[in-house]
Amino acid sequence: MNLALAKNETGRGLSDSFAVARDRLPGTGKVAEARSAAFEAYESVGLPHRRIEDWKYTDLRASMRDVLPLAPAPDEAALKRAAAAVKLQSIRGVRRLALVDGVFVPKLSDLDGLENGVAVATLRGVLESGEATLQAQLLTLDNANPMVALNTAMMTDGVVIQVADGVVRTQPLQIIHVATGTTPAAIFTRSLLRLGKDAGATLIESYIAADGATTYQVHDSLIVAIGDNARLDHVRLVEDAREAFNISSAVITLGARAHFNTFGMTSGAVVSRYQATIAFAGEHSRVETNGVNLLNGRQHADTTLFMDHAVPNCASREVFRAVVDDRGHSVFQGRIIVRPHAQKTDAKMMTRALLLSDEAEADNKPELEIFADDVTCGHGATTGALDESLLFYLRARGLSEKQAQALLIQAFVGEAIESIVNDDLRELAISAAQRWLEARA
Amino acid sequence: MTALLEVKDLKVRVEEREILHGLTLTVNAGEVHAIMGPNGSGKSTLSHVIAGKPGYEVTGGEILFKGEDLLEMEPNERAAKGVFLAFQYPVEIPGVATMNFLRTALNAQRKARGESEFSTPDFLKKVREVAKSLNIPQDMLKRGVNVGFSGGEKKRNEILQMALFEPAICILDEMDSGLDIDALRVAADGVNALRSPERAMVVITHYQRLLNYIVPDVVHVMSKGRVVKSGGKELALELEASGYAQFEDAA
Repeated sequence: MNLALAKNETGRGLSDSFAVARDRLPGTGKVAEARSAAFEAYESVGLPHRRIEDWKYTDLRASMRDVLPLAPAPDEAALKRAAAAVKLQSIRGVRRLALVDGVFVPKLSDLDGLENGVAVATLRGVLESGEATLQAQLLTLDNANPMVALNTAMMTDGVVIQVADGVVRTQPLQIIHVATGTTPAAIFTRSLLRLGKDAGATLIESYIAADGATTYQVHDSLIVAIGDNARLDHVRLVEDAREAFNISSAVITLGARAHFNTFGMTSGAVVSRYQATIAFAGEHSRVETNGVNLLNGRQHADTTLFMDHAVPNCASREVFRAVVDDRGHSVFQGRIIVRPHAQKTDAKMMTRALLLSDEAEADNKPELEIFADDVTCGHGATTGALDESLLFYLRARGLSEKQAQALLIQAFVGEAIESIVNDDLRELAISAAQRWLEARA
Repeated sequence: MTALLEVKDLKVRVEEREILHGLTLTVNAGEVHAIMGPNGSGKSTLSHVIAGKPGYEVTGGEILFKGEDLLEMEPNERAAKGVFLAFQYPVEIPGVATMNFLRTALNAQRKARGESEFSTPDFLKKVREVAKSLNIPQDMLKRGVNVGFSGGEKKRNEILQMALFEPAICILDEMDSGLDIDALRVAADGVNALRSPERAMVVITHYQRLLNYIVPDVVHVMSKGRVVKSGGKELALELEASGYAQFEDAA
């Protein structure tokens, strides 16, 4: 145990703040035991640093330094500011589930008229109710990763969504994380989505800040189980405040003949990490994962994907693009494992980075571990600047340098955004990219 | 009256090597000038320097456009002032839709001149009219800029932009390269339709052939980075018969 590392700025140990927070953390019995075990696991390592291989490029001990105290539940004024922020993000035809400072807020959520076969509960509710199956699923995450362990110890709320077998054409669901705190604080959330056999759903995760929220930490996790022959479309947009941290983990498991299409874009937060494990548990399933980082200033964004081909006949595609300006730093770590017997695996990974300044940095770390012999696996990576001849052509037609760059950047990320199937969600991603481009103009 | 374009004793280097050694050229509104010359005589360099392409170092002389110092302006400012370069090899820009590009460019130029931006319906109407006159199908405008276009289509797209932006001076850099005779005729017709008393054109070419379609008022011969001879349109015919060799020594 390294107490020095667990101290926060007030000089109080994190273990004390865990003790202080404990009364506010839902769940007793097994849940409380799991929290204690997770916290011990976290404390034995502390914040991960660069000497831990998996965190080589994202040294939280250096950048985050401390885990901030648990955010207080939002008061009326905070909710009002959250409502204003949420309104700006509202998407046509999408059912909103709002988490404000780590607390589910029914008032800002659309819970009326849920389709038959769709159930939404809160994490708090499930942890307190003693619902054994769901609780067990919520507590499956491995304590080996310190940030996951910390999340298990401290999670306060989230949503638990269940879509019954055969339920398709459900209204898209948006989990919107809003931070309102004007004093530095940490938010811990966890959500679960269970998609039954032959079911279909669309999930959007948005991370935003209310006006005035600047320095905060988001610690989130998502557990998804996609049933046989089910399909999930997933869009994840990180637009946190420029001083905020966002550390999120996801574990997605696919049954047989299932399909998972995911698009993620990070344009906010000063330091962010999205670590996702995608595991094939049934044959003939398919995953497409597309990601975009749009970074400037001193933003650092890390996407760490682990594609686990545990069974034969599955396909995965990873396409990742980064646009990095100023002293921004983009990290992509893609690990693909093809386990013995996972024959006929078809796995590909491609990353492209666009560096807009001399000090911008993009790191790519592909890792392929292949233990089966009849597979198609490949990876590729390119890094470069904007094409000068294209820039000149556009400028010779009257576009300013920034405008010309913006158009070429849009084209660069556009290819990834095209992977979003739903028109409205594609528009949402385009406008998030637009906001980033306008902010740098 | 001030000349539209005045290039005075222009000296230009690219990576330590001087390409233009004191070039002088004056173009008045309403005139069509042809610049002919062998490979390496500096024709394309001149067009690039006028348009503001990076990578060229001007070590002497000046370029005035409507009396203003062109070399002080960014490429986009030159475009807004009315300088248009039709590229020898128009670039392909995947992912940038032609319509979006055209509208962004046109409105950027208008805004820079303090004019109101075009509304979407007005813009569409204008593009359709121009495209129709140049025989450019709507389908081409939906694609990425020049992506998958043939050589002739790319050149037509350049002329479409010329017609849309209504520049004061058009520099046509080897417009005939890569075009068959039919494509050349269509492109030349497009250019001729834009001739007007207010607008000047500088047609850069190797071959006299293009000048059968775009008939110049003045022909200049360039060799080794200078204009070595100027004359009327008959000079082009003379060159076609006797070649450039006679000027090599003169330079």
